[in-house]
Amino acid sequence: MVNLNLHLQEIKNILKNIPDPEIPVINIVEMGIVRDVEFIDNELVVKITPTYSGCPAMKAIEDDIVSELKSNGIENISVQKIFTPAWSTDLLTDEAKRKLKEYGIAPPEGKAENEFYRDLITKPIECPYCNSRETKLTSQFGSTACKSLHYCNSCQQPFEHFKCI
Amino acid sequence: MNEIKNEIKADLFEYLLRLGDDRLILGHRLSEWCGHAPILEEDIALANIALDCIGQANAFLTLAAAVENNNRTEDDLAYFRDETEFKNLQLVEQPNIDFAYTITRQFFIDAFAVHLYDELSKSIVEDLSGIAAKALKEVKYHLRHSRQWVLRLGDGTEESHNKIQNAINDLWMFTGELFFENDVDKKLIQEGIIPSTKSVEQKWKEVIESALTEATLKIPDDSNTNLRSGRNGDHTEYLGHILAEMQIVARSHPGAKW
Repeated sequence: MVNLNLHLQEIKNILKNIPDPEIPVINIVEMGIVRDVEFIDNELVVKITPTYSGCPAMKAIEDDIVSELKSNGIENISVQKIFTPAWSTDLLTDEAKRKLKEYGIAPPEGKAENEFYRDLITKPIECPYCNSRETKLTSQFGSTACKSLHYCNSCQQPFEHFKCI
Repeated sequence: MNEIKNEIKADLFEYLLRLGDDRLILGHRLSEWCGHAPILEEDIALANIALDCIGQANAFLTLAAAVENNNRTEDDLAYFRDETEFKNLQLVEQPNIDFAYTITRQFFIDAFAVHLYDELSKSIVEDLSGIAAKALKEVKYHLRHSRQWVLRLGDGTEESHNKIQNAINDLWMFTGELFFENDVDKKLIQEGIIPSTKSVEQKWKEVIESALTEATLKIPDDSNTNLRSGRNGDHTEYLGHILAEMQIVARSHPGAKW
């Protein structure tokens, strides 16, 4: 049975305990993956959206949501995958961007509507370690589809960048 | 899902199979590069693009299954249909051969997908426009990747130039099929669900011509295009081999879960 006394905000707070499986320093709420939480006919519906269509973490995220909510006494749960509106890096909170940088991943720079498809060769990304712009693109695709690979000429560190989409 | 008229459901199902099968087969082909690409960055890039393709296939086939409403899932559609029931382009089933062939195949299909999905993102069927809008962001990155390699190989060494020119000459015959149109398309175009093939064709040609010219490559004659289409279930010998590998586990252990 769904505990109706739990407010949706409290449920969102519970979901904040779930880390992104690929980038565990940020949770799935600040990542913008959780799009909506609502009760429909006594069932708790959690709507999530993939960062990329082929994101292999989606199944793990679904399972994590169900088990985290169950361990908080919520039983009747369904997780729905939605595509509209498409996920964007604009959904990342400032706090999430700060955590990404601390983790060594250069966060998306600017708004997706302006910076999507940014030319990473002529507009270098800032190094998350030394803040230098003397960096170069080494690959448009990184360890996951959402990231690209870069190299910092100043501190000679390779690093990943979360692409604006 | 928003209401879809009964009389066009079969056509929409057929069209969604085309969209899904293109991505499924292409993704499977690309995945064959995993661990074999010429450099590490390309291994990662091709595997990522393959993953995007499989994810898009999943979304299109899930929607196809919902439209069909016949107790089949996206997995049933992927693993339990036979060769002649697959509606993908013959282009996407062509073997990898070498890096130049793979990049050429990818460039032809990326330029097509970008303009097709751009138009489909305006479809009146919301579930379709949502998937297309999402996929559009991804294929734009794919196109940038394949286009840059066309330039680098074409305008590179004599050997790289010859290799990609050969690939272009060989694969060109499969490009006419990109703009296949039959009654299914005509009905869906009329309903405002899909764009006209001609509008996509014009934009595709512009992308191809500008890149090949910049890469000092020759555009082959138009006359040489395939007459039998994968859209009708007619395939080259290569599809059967892909399906055998892709479907064997699901068919040997129906209903298995892990």
